Formats: sequence, C-alpha cells, structure tokens
Amino acid sequence: MFVRLVYESFRRQTRRKLLIAIAVTLGAAVSTAMIAIAIDIGDKISHELRSYGANLVVAPTDESLDVQIGSVDLKPAGGALLNEGDLPKIKGIFWRNNIIGFAPELPVNVKFGNADVTLVGTYFSRKLKFGTQEFTTGARSTFPWWKIDGVWPADDSNQVLVGEKLAAERGIESGGEIQINGKAYRVSGIVSTGGAEDQQIIAPLSVAQAISQRPGAVRKLFVSAVTKPEDAFARRNPDSLTPADRDRWYCSPYPQSIAYQLQEVIPHSHAEQIRQVAQNEGNVLARIEGLMLLITLAALFTSGLAVSAAMANAMFERRQEIGLMKALGAGQLALSGIFITESVLLACAGGLVGFAGGAFLARKLGYAIFGSAISVGPVLLPLILAIAILVTFAGSAAAIRRAVKYDPVHALRGEA
Amino acid sequence: MNTRRHSTGVPMFLRMLARAAVLRKGTALSALLAIIVAAAAATAMLNLFVDVQTKLRKEFRRFGANIVVGAKTGESFAPDNLRQIESAVSGHGLAVPFAYAVAHTEKDQPVVVAGTDFALVRKLNPWWAVPSWPDNAGQALVGIRAARVITSDGAPFPLTYQGRTIRLSPAGTVQTGAGEDNRVYISTQDFQSWTGLQPSVVEIAAYGSAAEVNSLLATLQAGLPGADVRPVRQVTEGEANILGKTRSTLLWSAIFIVCTAALCVLATLTGWLYDRRRDFAIMKAIGGSDRVIALFVSGEAAVLACSGALLGFVVGTGIAAWIGRVNFHAPVAPRLLILPPVLAGCLVVTLIATLLPLRLLRQIQPAMILRGE
Repeated sequence: MFVRLVYESFRRQTRRKLLIAIAVTLGAAVSTAMIAIAIDIGDKISHELRSYGANLVVAPTDESLDVQIGSVDLKPAGGALLNEGDLPKIKGIFWRNNIIGFAPELPVNVKFGNADVTLVGTYFSRKLKFGTQEFTTGARSTFPWWKIDGVWPADDSNQVLVGEKLAAERGIESGGEIQINGKAYRVSGIVSTGGAEDQQIIAPLSVAQAISQRPGAVRKLFVSAVTKPEDAFARRNPDSLTPADRDRWYCSPYPQSIAYQLQEVIPHSHAEQIRQVAQNEGNVLARIEGLMLLITLAALFTSGLAVSAAMANAMFERRQEIGLMKALGAGQLALSGIFITESVLLACAGGLVGFAGGAFLARKLGYAIFGSAISVGPVLLPLILAIAILVTFAGSAAAIRRAVKYDPVHALRGEA
Repeated sequence: MNTRRHSTGVPMFLRMLARAAVLRKGTALSALLAIIVAAAAATAMLNLFVDVQTKLRKEFRRFGANIVVGAKTGESFAPDNLRQIESAVSGHGLAVPFAYAVAHTEKDQPVVVAGTDFALVRKLNPWWAVPSWPDNAGQALVGIRAARVITSDGAPFPLTYQGRTIRLSPAGTVQTGAGEDNRVYISTQDFQSWTGLQPSVVEIAAYGSAAEVNSLLATLQAGLPGADVRPVRQVTEGEANILGKTRSTLLWSAIFIVCTAALCVLATLTGWLYDRRRDFAIMKAIGGSDRVIALFVSGEAAVLACSGALLGFVVGTGIAAWIGRVNFHAPVAPRLLILPPVLAGCLVVTLIATLLPLRLLRQIQPAMILRGE
C-alpha cells in the first residue's frame, strides 16, 4: 500500500514532481560544479601563476658578489660555478612533478663592436634525460613572457637571440649574422622581455661555455615550480624540527622545501626563493582561492534556499490530498513516511542527474578557461546526495509538519 | 464620513492585491523568499564581478613596478626630467627613483651601491624582507649577500667611490633572492652628496587597468624622447593572464548561480499560481474578465518581484560586503547601478512565471474548478 501510494503520487502528479526534480537537479549541478571549481581553482591558478616565471634560484655557495647594473655585468671573471651535469637531477627530487621548467644561466662579457655586451647562455627547449625519464626544459617554459620576433634558436646550434634594444641600436635584424670574438653567429630572432635581456645577447649554453672556455659551467639556475603559499610552518628551519614534522615539511610543496631539495641534488649550491614572485603569488593565490570558496558557500546556500522554497511550495499545494488521507484514517507516522520517502526519492534522482551535469559543466569550464579539465572526484557524489536530501527535507519538513496537524475538515474545504 | 471607495475600480484592485498577500501569506512568503534569494545572489555576484578586478589589481601591484624608465646608457636623469616623470605619474601610481654606482670596499671588492627613497621603496616592493629600515642619514640597507662580504658583524663600514669615502652604518639587511641581495642601498641624499650622481632609473607601479597603464606609458614615452620607457612584461602579462581567468571563472559561477535561482523562482511561482486556480475561478464566476484577472495576477507578481528584488538587493550587497571584508580586508562598496538590472531581471522572471499558468487559467471553466475537477 505504502509503495503504491508513493508510486501513484509520482505517476499522477508528473508536472509537480518534474518541477521539483528540475529544481533539485539544477541545485545539485551548480553545487557540484562550484565545489569542484573551489577545490581545483588553487591548482589551476598555481599553474597560471607560472606565467610570472621562475620563483626559485639556485646559485653556487660562494661569497663573491654579483656586480650588475641594469644589463651590464661587471663581475670579474672567475668565482664558483655550478656543474651542468647536475641539472637533470632536478627531475629526481621529491616534488619533481611540480617543476614546470628550469633554465640555467651563464653570462659572459664579450666585445661586440666597440662596446662590452653581456652574452647569456641558457637552454631554450632542451631535451634532457634523467634515468629513463625524458623531459624538455629551458627559457621557453621558465620565462613565458619572452617574445621572439623570428624563431627560437636550437640548443645545439650556433644561433643566438639579440635583445630588442641592442638590435635597434646596432641595426641587427632577425635572420642576420653577428660577429663575436671573430666568430660568426646567426641571429635567429629578436627577443623582447622588458628586462635586462633587451640589451643582451641570448645564446645556447654551449656557445656561452665555449666563448668563456668553461665547459660544463653554469652560473645560476632559475627554477619555475608550482608551490603552496608559505605559512608559519614553512618558515621553520627543517634541521630544528622533530623527525615527523620534518617529514611533513619536506613533503609539502613550500618554496622553502623545494629550494631545500634542489640544494640537496645540486652540489655546492644555495637555493632560495625569488621573493618578488614567490611571496606575491602566494598572496594572489590565497585571495582567489578565498574568493571562490566564499562564492561556493554562497552558491550552496542560494541553491539550497531556492530548492527549499520550491519544495515548500509544492508541499503546501497538497494540503487537500493530505486532508483526504487523514479523513480516511492515515496516521501522522504514515503520512510523514510517505512525504519523506517522496522527498528522498526526488533528492536522490535529482542529485544523481545533477551530479553528472555538474561534473560535465566543471569539465567544460575547466577546458574553456584554463585549458585543462576540472575533475570531479567520485568522493563528491555522496556529499552532493547528502546535501540534496538535506535541502529537500529542510524544504518539506515545515510543510509536512503543518500538513499532519491540519484539521482534515478545513483542508478539504480549502480553508487552510 | 464613510466614502464608498471600495466600489471604484482601482482601489478595489489594490485591496484585492493587499488581501491576497495577507490571506495567502504562507505561499506568498515562499515565493517571495525564492525571489529574494535569486535577487540577492544576482546582486552579490554582480557586485563582486565589478569590484573584484579593482581588488585583485591592488594585490597585483604588490609585484612591484610595471613600468621602468631608464636614462640613456651611461647617463642619468636631469632634475627636470625627474620632476616631469613625477608629475606624469602622480595620482596614477608610484614612482621610485634609483641611482646606481659601483663602489669599492676596504678590501677593494666592487659592490653596487644604490641611492633611493626608502619610504617609497617600502611601498613599491613589499616583498623585500627587511627586518629594520634605515631612517637616519648615514645608514644603509645592506643586501644579505653583500652583508656577508662587507660587514658580517653589523659594524659600520667604509665604501669608496672615485677616491671619495663614505662611512655607513648598516641599519638592516634586505633579502629578495634576486640582484638586490648583492647591493647596498642608501638614501638619495647620502648618495648624491657622496657620488654627485643623479638617479638613472625610475621604477613605476602604475595603478589601474591595462588601458590606464598603457596611456601612462604613452605619456611618458612622448614626454621623455631620449629615455628608455618600457613595460615590465613579466609583471603585466602575468597579471593580465590571471585576472582574465579569474574573471571568467567568476562570470561563469555567477551565471550558474543566478540561473538556478531564477529557475527556482519560476518553479515556485508557477506552483503558487496553479494552486490558486479556485480563487480565479470564483473571480470569473462573479464576472471578472480574463483581462482583469491577468492584470491582477501580473500585478501581484510585479509587487512580489519588486519587493523581492529590493530586499534581495540589500541582502546581496551585504553578502558582497562580507566577502570583500573576509577575503580582501576591504569592503565591497554598494553599487546602486546594479539595482535596475536586478529589478528588471526579477520582473522578467516573475512575469514569465505568471504567463505560463495564465494561458491555462484563460480556459478555466469556473464551474468545473469549483467542483474540484
């Protein structure tokens, strides 16, 4: 009898049930999509923040100072250097998957025409191998704002990039040739960065090493890594932590812990964060994450209330039906049982469809905005179903409570 | 005394509206609640969408300069040029002059010394890790790497530039992870009286949208033909990228939320009207024309929409302000400009919601409805 009542209620009141189901579905879809976005937005923005380029720098541990004003490096030759052979080991650190790219730097002062110009050797998009793992890295991924008029040079060629300012001063064009120390180099492109590089020559690392006669040498290494905003715990000294805390510190992608791990794999090096990028990106990330979290809360609240209102309204419409049931002798328990079952069924159906729709929405949105999917974990499904049941129940509870208290006579006469 | 105002058309209509709201307050309330929720969501999202750009730009300005003006290679700015830059930038941003020279330590090691205005640098580059800033003449801010070479114990140290020696006492260290770590910073006054050099670089944090930054850039380029005025692409491009993506995310979230709320309003109102078919049947039975009933229903809906929109606007503005306070530590200012679109949206949604059942109501046979069929 109970099952039949519920079944018939769905069969005969399709319009009403459909409206509620649509409301629940929409609410669940939006909640799913918003929760997924709120969970994933930090990750997505972290990757987008890599458009600010390197946030860590690795330099040799020596006491000498860089003497650089603008684009001109006045540092006397010599000083400690890093070994190029150690670079692939970066892909062996604990947080290797967070390393978006790295680019070595070896500046050399060269006579160019009648003036000293700094030539910087680096990787452009160099294929490297660590163990069996192959990867490509260099300036293209580490400094995404570099704009090239022409083409990027190959890493094993004698081609170079000339800074925009320098090229304009000397009348160099993309595709031309320049003489450095009596050797000819082809200019594959003109680079514009808005930084010191505009007045420098950028060459493959091997060219800079050959010119400075320091094979295998690297002065500095710029690393672009996806990090977690630092907090008080991140600033602790790992050597003063208890073993358990130290593990937790080591296994969190703080700028500090990634720098620490870089230092471990590159001998005689000192790694630290580039504060302009590292500090501020944490800030921006925290703001955007916070914003999306609060908006998600608002969205959950909104759709909850809207669904509740629709639900309450639908229950109120049915007071005559309730009156009839009561007049025929239905107890309060049986009545609430029927309506609660109906709500739960609606919530589950709407929640399931809404979850699928929301997951689809989040995916599409991820591709449209960030170029990668925002994934919705199946863990979210029970949560969404629970929310849907809670919300429909909250919406119908007041109406059910009032309904079971109706005097059937008034309800049937339409006076309630 | 008692005028017979009930019999005339318009007051009767108003009385019907008022009585309907009072007598049917249960259902009317849930319809109103749905409208308030939808209007509040729309207001809050619109408010945030308009405001978040300004709020986030403030965060992005913490990345420091987005425009750098350099004097011709090997030269420095004349005081006239500096004043010119100052006046072009004032009100649109923050301009901080830097003068550079290579001095030598006691052990004849070269070190870059920069002269600047500490009060401005502090504002321009909040990421500099400085335990204590210099506030007196003769004090220096020493880069963390430079400190190891020059003054490991924090004792005063001499620096020589072209035969002239200055004694500086380190007030604190600066750590940035970049070139600053290798330099010694002193105040512009100390720098000029010591080296006689003028600033050669002005770093500018220009506020506002990309268009505003570009217009400042153009002004500076036009005003200083000899100088090298360029945007810091690392900062400007990163900012544009992230701002754009955040705004699209926000926009889509807003669309989702508002659509859900609007559809729920639709469902609630349709149900509400359908529920009242008996009332309309009675109206018809005692001689109400279709037109009057339609007017009555849409009037009711309009009153609901307007009051819901107004209440929702207040609630939504409150929510936006709360989000602003919690997340950006600055309230999101209420914007009256948002009220008309919210009001219009509510009216449109409620009128659509009434149109659907109205078509059904037209075909009502009073007798059948009243009999309960």
